[in-house]
Amino acid sequence: MADDVLNKIDEKVKNNKVMLYMKGTPDFPQCGFSAHTVEILKSYGIPFATEDVLADPSIRDGIKRYSNWPTIPQVYIDGKFVGGCDIVHELHERGELEPILKSALGK
Amino acid sequence: MITPEQIKEFLGKSLPIAVCETQDLTGGGDHWQLIVVSPAFEGKGLLEQHRLVNEALKEPMSDQRIHALALKTFSPSQWEKLGS
Repeated sequence: MADDVLNKIDEKVKNNKVMLYMKGTPDFPQCGFSAHTVEILKSYGIPFATEDVLADPSIRDGIKRYSNWPTIPQVYIDGKFVGGCDIVHELHERGELEPILKSALGK
Repeated sequence: MITPEQIKEFLGKSLPIAVCETQDLTGGGDHWQLIVVSPAFEGKGLLEQHRLVNEALKEPMSDQRIHALALKTFSPSQWEKLGS
């Protein structure tokens, strides 16, 4: 059932302080946008969980409905959708990503 | 694929557009980088600004005329601060 997928996603997003839905894995990203997002998160030296949407078409479709956001990667911090590659890049450049991560991981 | 004129037309239908710069990243007409400045972005966070553009381009994005979109959005006052 479709709702099962959304529940599954919701559980992961809530159980991981930093959760990245991406194409491929951090070691073998399958898309430039996903690779760049991994690079930014890695630069903070913080733990983050990932899920490969290419491994599960229902997740690939479900994550877009979950956030009402049309593209992957998608970054969630402290249970909240932050954005895709462009937004995470921009927040990183502006120095606004670190405080968000710090406050999430400090809890 | 899609043309810069068509992109601007889609955007203009749902947003007041002050600036729209388009760059075809691969030459194939389906990987685009856009810089969009709109008064509708004033007072809104990045996520909301991007959502407005995604919504305006929903049709060409879902039928794959736009396959990939790199997006930079600014409100007019943010844009002015950049000195552009």
